[in-house]
Amino acid sequence: MSLFEVKNITVAFGGVKALNDVSFGVDKGEIFTIIGPNGAGKSTLFNVISRIYEPSKGEIYFENQNISKTKPHNISKLGIARTFQNLELFENATVLQNLLLGRHIYKRTNILSEVFFTPSARKQEHEYRLKVEEVIDFLDLQHYRDTLINGLPYGVRKNVELARALCTDPKLLLLDEPSSGLTNEETIDLGFWIKDIQSLLGITIIMIEHDMSFVNKVSDRILALNYGKILASGLPEEIKNNADVKQAYMGE
Amino acid sequence: MRFIFKTKYSQDINIAKHNGDRFWYSLLILIMVALPLVLDDFYLGEISYICILSIAGIGLMILSGYTGLASLGHAAFLGVGAYTHAFLLTNGIPFYASIPIVIVVSFLVGAAIGIPILRLTGMYLAIATLALGFIAEHVFIKWEHFTGGNRGLPVPQPEFLGMSFYDSVFFYYVCLVFLIAAMFAAINILRSPTGRAFVAIRDSEIAAQSLGVNLGLYKALSFAISGAFTGLAGALLAHYIGYLAPDIFNIFLSLTLLLLIVVGGMGSLHGTVFGAIFVGFLPQLIAICRDYLPSSIGSQPGLEPMLFGLILVFFILYEPLGIYGRWMKIKLFFELFPTYKRQTFKKQKVFTKSDRV
Repeated sequence: MSLFEVKNITVAFGGVKALNDVSFGVDKGEIFTIIGPNGAGKSTLFNVISRIYEPSKGEIYFENQNISKTKPHNISKLGIARTFQNLELFENATVLQNLLLGRHIYKRTNILSEVFFTPSARKQEHEYRLKVEEVIDFLDLQHYRDTLINGLPYGVRKNVELARALCTDPKLLLLDEPSSGLTNEETIDLGFWIKDIQSLLGITIIMIEHDMSFVNKVSDRILALNYGKILASGLPEEIKNNADVKQAYMGE
Repeated sequence: MRFIFKTKYSQDINIAKHNGDRFWYSLLILIMVALPLVLDDFYLGEISYICILSIAGIGLMILSGYTGLASLGHAAFLGVGAYTHAFLLTNGIPFYASIPIVIVVSFLVGAAIGIPILRLTGMYLAIATLALGFIAEHVFIKWEHFTGGNRGLPVPQPEFLGMSFYDSVFFYYVCLVFLIAAMFAAINILRSPTGRAFVAIRDSEIAAQSLGVNLGLYKALSFAISGAFTGLAGALLAHYIGYLAPDIFNIFLSLTLLLLIVVGGMGSLHGTVFGAIFVGFLPQLIAICRDYLPSSIGSQPGLEPMLFGLILVFFILYEPLGIYGRWMKIKLFFELFPTYKRQTFKKQKVFTKSDRV
């Protein structure tokens, strides 16, 4: 049984079908990559999974639980975290505050204990921080704790967003173009980190990515989309040699 | 330049980050406590008013500066607080019991208004809150049983701790204590998960939601907390004014509060105090300036609102971070002297943000 399953998802914006009857499953511990040309429906798929878009048809299952009707703010409580294609960080806050927000789903305090900042509120802050520090160590963010996001270079921001997603302790991580805008070295680092997230932290990853050499290196399985439809899916080798994918995406 | 060597997580959680903070803020409080020794009743009254404005400013700052929701009708909450307080005192409820009731009532009113109104964003929210201000003003006029309508409502000045509110020194201390308490409450909220969730909503709703922040709940909570602070300020304002009339809580008071947080510095609690000092003394300054202007300009009735408007525009154009932002720049200038660069505070242009999610 798959950890995560999408069944016959269709998303229509008026007459345009951004996704048309898409179904696939992702096994636990896998790195699953979605590729496809612009407008293929990749980001739409992510937004359906995080419940920002309402699918016209179809269901999504996570750990055998139907999440097609779950509220968007409850998705992260189930253990699904995501990053965004064009960075959605809290720009006027420090890196530390951004990461602490990743722990928001574990909040136990209520407004009264916060107004008086009771010992339990303080204890909770310490617990949050402990986890955040683990992630900071994992992704080498030690230098940036107290820096505002505003003042950070792009590559570090990407990294902070990944860190923030990891702070939620997810079971499934959705990465929307993690390597876009990164330098070569940063992309290589990212490859190692993604592999580490899979092997050390045991997190399943679904990733949208364009850099094919990067995709082939880290992915266990690949799904190719075009015009909202599944073009092909399988192991990296199979996709590389698939005639349809070559024609639609990679070119002859 | 000060380098803080951190060895404990508590150092990031504590309010005072180092001994310098402790020293200067203690000194400030000592000076504030000693002020009645040197100032006469008039200036004490002015400073009490500034304390009240600061508390209201904290309320609006949490809503606009930290949660990013505009409000052009915040005088409504001042009115709710003032009328509730006056009504309770008139009915014999003692001061120490009335204040908590006022806070709870304003909190609930804020939540009740917040839940429907916060489905709107940006410009539409501004218009809705503007309307809220007008509606509240009319409610104060029409609900005569509760507010006395246009005849007004005298505010009882009961004894509290054996002292009278007519005593300006005592009233000054009451305002000061409430300001300090409100400051601590606001700092505590902002350094805990709820405050961070507010900032998250301000900077990126979509990311906040994906991290598990319930947008509707937290926006309503922000409105409610903001209402509670402003309601408390309203209760003190009732004592300060002594006689409530509906037209006190008009659009001009709402705009004064807006001016306060913009001039003080959006997104900083220091800014509320700076802004309150500015807004509190400005009318006096204008009154003094009138005497020196030619009578054709000096005696114009609309001079004050016009100057308020001009100052608001001036700050938004040239110092969007307000007085507090300017203060930070001056501080950094001396810390880094002589290597300060103007570019430090230049906002980077980011072209990557999209509405495509």
